[in-house]
Amino acid sequence: MTSTALRGRAWKLLEMVTTPLLPSDYLDLVSPLRAGADLRGRIEAVHPETSDAATVVIRPGRGWRGHTAGQYVRIGVDVDGVRLWRAYSITSPTNRQDGRVTITVKAIPDGKVSNHLVRRAKPGTLIQLDQPTGDFVLPQAKPAKVLYLTAGSGITPVMGMLRDTEFDDVVMVHCAPQPQDVIFRNELHDLVADKKLRLTEVHTDTDGMLDIARLDELVPDWAERETWACGPAGLLDAAEKHWSEHGVPERLHTERFRPSIVVAGDGGEVTFSATGKTVDADGATPLLDIGEEAGVLMPSGCRMGICFGCITPLKAGAVRDLRTGEITEAEAGVLIQTCVSAAAGPCDIDR
Amino acid sequence: MTAIDPTAHLTAEQIEELGRELDAIRDEVIAGRGEKDAAYIRKVISAQRKLELVSRGVLLFSIFPPAWLLGTAGLSVAKIMDNMEIGHNILHGQWDWMRDPKIHSTTWEWDHVSPADQWKHSHNELHHTYTNVIGKDNDLGYGIMRVDEDQKWHPFHLGQPLWNFINACFFEYGIAAYDLELGKNLHKRRRNNPEFRARAKAVGRKIRKQVLKDYVIHPLLSGPSFLPTLAATFTANLVRNLWSHSVIMCGHFPEGVQVFERRSIKGETRGQWYLRQMMGSANISGSKAMHFMTGNLSHQIEHHLFPDLPSNRYAEVAVKVRALFEKYELEYVTGPLPKQVFSAWHKVFRLSLPNKKPKVKTPDREQELVAA
Repeated sequence: MTSTALRGRAWKLLEMVTTPLLPSDYLDLVSPLRAGADLRGRIEAVHPETSDAATVVIRPGRGWRGHTAGQYVRIGVDVDGVRLWRAYSITSPTNRQDGRVTITVKAIPDGKVSNHLVRRAKPGTLIQLDQPTGDFVLPQAKPAKVLYLTAGSGITPVMGMLRDTEFDDVVMVHCAPQPQDVIFRNELHDLVADKKLRLTEVHTDTDGMLDIARLDELVPDWAERETWACGPAGLLDAAEKHWSEHGVPERLHTERFRPSIVVAGDGGEVTFSATGKTVDADGATPLLDIGEEAGVLMPSGCRMGICFGCITPLKAGAVRDLRTGEITEAEAGVLIQTCVSAAAGPCDIDR
Repeated sequence: MTAIDPTAHLTAEQIEELGRELDAIRDEVIAGRGEKDAAYIRKVISAQRKLELVSRGVLLFSIFPPAWLLGTAGLSVAKIMDNMEIGHNILHGQWDWMRDPKIHSTTWEWDHVSPADQWKHSHNELHHTYTNVIGKDNDLGYGIMRVDEDQKWHPFHLGQPLWNFINACFFEYGIAAYDLELGKNLHKRRRNNPEFRARAKAVGRKIRKQVLKDYVIHPLLSGPSFLPTLAATFTANLVRNLWSHSVIMCGHFPEGVQVFERRSIKGETRGQWYLRQMMGSANISGSKAMHFMTGNLSHQIEHHLFPDLPSNRYAEVAVKVRALFEKYELEYVTGPLPKQVFSAWHKVFRLSLPNKKPKVKTPDREQELVAA
């Protein structure tokens, strides 16, 4: 018998010993980060970056597969006893010696998770992790010239890239309200001093919002540069338009932290038939939030409509895609992304 | 049922006011739920697992009498914790708000022969909705006993003290049979119903796993201690069954608890539903340890008013609920465990014999409401 088969049998026997619990329920008591466990991490330190941003150092469990610079990770944090999942860009380089990863979080007004991580998270706390994901990454072949266009916490995935890979010619345009709001400012200025980076800071409190047309003046050769842009929807929409108008849309890579919601539907009564709960929903709130509020166990992922971790069968009724306004009606085999779908009339969700 | 309706002095208006006051108590707890509560249930679960692990470990040497005693006691307590403070309450959805898939009513399974999903249906949906309504709430005597004067007497009831004792010893099997509605479903026509067969199969699988673990695997692991370990797990199951049966009998059977006519719940308002829960349940008084070991079902009244509030909050809720009983001049049925167990058993004996039908019924609230 092969060793895998043998191990499989031993595990089956262990399950008979521990039923109705699983052996892992007991192993989790002593070794939550072991190989084979649900992926978790332990917060080892929290370093303040600015008055409202902090870097969280995480020791991931043994199952962590490693990330590519620019990717994000979803983390599940218990805030006031409630598990909340959010996605954060990884800011540590891929080759960090001690195997730790860092995320850098900016506290947003009323942000439950971001405020918790920045102000209250304690070293030693266990959090839930997903494998890193995202295609806002550097290509295999090094481009000759690079432009990073970022604003606010949009700097975080780019910092992961800057720390990971050196390029011969890198320009960065970064927007923040004031100099003291620039996350990683000291490190950026060190890179500038070492001539590894050319940096333009736009301080929007004094300079006003960045007009994308000013790029010609700030970075005259922008159209020749492979560009990674991350920031609020306004900046990214403008950039996409600008790059398209100049015939170089393939040079621009963007990362959006939130879906831009364009249409609000009618709402309706939502039935979660597997759980047997029924609640009223408006036409602007994602069904994922509606379900979670009602105490339904909803699978979730990026919460921005890209990872399909939340897909759920739509058994009856119709939903509206909050990004496009597109209506999806129930049919056999129709799955919807609950994080970007709202009720468009009464509907039935299989959760 | 007593001849006099103990809620007759309340107007429909007052009953709705009472309902609003109870809603306020509930809202307050929900608003304050948080990290401390989450830490509590995690601590209890972790302690239960460690206690079970250690007890089973000690039982590997159960051939030595002190090890047998210690291991059996520990395992009994662990099984009681699993069923009462942990299983019963998680399966009620008391901890779903944490959104932790490992501590959630839809994923939890307990050390009990009735599969969690079947128990949730018969307990959460039927018993908690139709509490003490004759003909609707099968918990009233579990279909084998008469526990109220208004329930029809049958010669079968002459043996009910014995049925109750047997049920107490094998309570988990009684519950599994009850969740399957075995009495009703064993009729020829229903027996082949595919839905019933699927549920019966699920119970069969659960029983096999439980029996294999307690009476084969663990005794085998004990080697020379095979028989003592077998006796130990049997004893622990027996202790757990007797204990949970006693606690649960105290919840609805002691003297002073009201039952209701099917007719009386037609068009029931929120306030009336609350009032039925208040009058249809009884508490057990005692120490903190006592409350803990009953899974806080010693706060049966509070649990029936708010079945989905975290169990660690029932003690503080009880103070406020009791004040409402006093305000509205209602009887808060409570007493120490021995007294309540005696009272419930006394009823089981007394009602094994036929009685005269009481005359006065619950007033028809529906009409009263219309009048108000």
